Amino acid sequence: MSDTPQPSITTRSLNLWYAKFQALIDVSADIKHGLITSLIGPSGCGKTTLLRCFNRVNERYGYVTTTGEIKLLGKNIYDPDVSLVELRKTVGMVFQRPNPLPISVYENVVFGLRIHHERSQLTRAMLDEAVEKALTEVGLWDDLKDRLNARATSLQLEQQQKLCIARLLPLKPEIILMDEPCSALDVEGTRGIEELMFALKGRYTLVVVTHNMSQARRASDECIFMLLGRIIEHSRTEDLFLTPKHPKTAEYIEGRYG
Amino acid sequence: MSDGTNQRFTETPLVRRKQREERFAQWLFFAMSAAMIVPLLLIVGYLVQRAWPSLSLGFIIDVPVRGMKEGGIWPAFIGTIYLVVLSLAVSAPIGILAAVYLNEYARDNWFNRLINLAVINLAGVPSIVHALFGLGAFVYAARFGYSILSASLTLAIMTLPVIIASTREALASVPRSFREACWNVGATRWQTIKAVVLPNSISGILTGVILQVSRAAGETAPIMFTGAVFFKAVQKGDLFPYNFNEQCMALSMHLYTLSTQVPGVKESIPFATAVVLLGLVLAVNAAAITLRVWLRNRKKW
Repeated sequence: MSDTPQPSITTRSLNLWYAKFQALIDVSADIKHGLITSLIGPSGCGKTTLLRCFNRVNERYGYVTTTGEIKLLGKNIYDPDVSLVELRKTVGMVFQRPNPLPISVYENVVFGLRIHHERSQLTRAMLDEAVEKALTEVGLWDDLKDRLNARATSLQLEQQQKLCIARLLPLKPEIILMDEPCSALDVEGTRGIEELMFALKGRYTLVVVTHNMSQARRASDECIFMLLGRIIEHSRTEDLFLTPKHPKTAEYIEGRYG
Repeated sequence: MSDGTNQRFTETPLVRRKQREERFAQWLFFAMSAAMIVPLLLIVGYLVQRAWPSLSLGFIIDVPVRGMKEGGIWPAFIGTIYLVVLSLAVSAPIGILAAVYLNEYARDNWFNRLINLAVINLAGVPSIVHALFGLGAFVYAARFGYSILSASLTLAIMTLPVIIASTREALASVPRSFREACWNVGATRWQTIKAVVLPNSISGILTGVILQVSRAAGETAPIMFTGAVFFKAVQKGDLFPYNFNEQCMALSMHLYTLSTQVPGVKESIPFATAVVLLGLVLAVNAAAITLRVWLRNRKKW
């Protein structure tokens, strides 16, 4: 196992209920460090719920009960000494609809820095540098360097989604969770985001929920197939698509249901 | 993965400071809510305590006796109900239908925006101005005289702008996509309004209308100028004591008279009148909230 990277997310017998409905059943998975792992499966199978467990957003809703263990980078995130603030700083999330804040591009990128630092710690030079670095990393710098004061909501959708990713980067996250990041985008936009995912992998662990089978196939290293709250199959993407072990997986990827 | 990893996600001093701020902010917001609620409860509690000796069902259905120094408040109670029901019977249909026109049919041009501005400003006009308008328009110009009709119409004019504004808001909160879905199967505007817009905004509309009940019941100036009277002889418990062209008594006016114009009133009677007025408003609002909860439970989005 020397060539396989260390897992950065580990779950053990994770169960989750929305009130009486059990959305996750005995989920145990090791998501490897620095790879793109995609979560696929039909609607309502628990992909998004699982994704949202990793930065504990689910528990904002009072009726959610969780049992089991989730370890991120070796630390159980349900330990009492875990600070939600620090956890969410390390685990960034990108949503289905781009959700830039209705402020300037510049302020969107430095928003996290401003939240997590004392005002006196931040100099203009630091902020400028962070903006340039983050926007360069997501490939927006050349397009937007002259429009940093433009309203973020006035950008094209693809740019907005990239900006939402850039907004996470100054906080130096380790894990980026993406919930159908391309479903609001057209083909060009999707390609742009996928190229960005490739560029980000290695430094960050990416977990991507997608409904798009070919996207999972193109743009991920490992694939987790879920059905009715359980993990059915988890393997390298090529293996899962070429030689699925479980008949349900085979039917799903051939498009017989879903 | 060394031992250091177990220190991941733990609090830093900055996080602890932010959490202190968070607790302070939460406490501050709570304190402000308390500062809002406590005086209200104290007022109501004080009123009920002072009113206690007089409070009974008999107090409501009795007529005042011995120059209003003793007895009940029936003429004023039924008068207030007359005024409120009649004024809302006029202002609710006009207000709601006008709001539907303004929101669903009228083009968004400068004229429409001007009307909107006028409506919002009318809602802020002091009630004494409405009173004088009612006096001039209904009592003298329309020759309704000092009567329930004049007073109700004045109250209707006063509540109309607020009803229009709140109804427009309720209509605007219905998502545009619902209307588009309707138009795209070939529904006319009226069919769309009937099938989709009104059913989904009815709870907001009703809330706006019913909040005006308390305003109509509580205002003194408009009815004092147009149709409320100091004293009117009425049978105990008579449900239809007034004609629309007569003057009537009203709770708010009665409270004012008892506490400033009549010497030697039994001490608890003004307080009891105030409690009945509050209770009436509270009962109407409670009914409105119940209705709204019921309507909202049927709402599927």
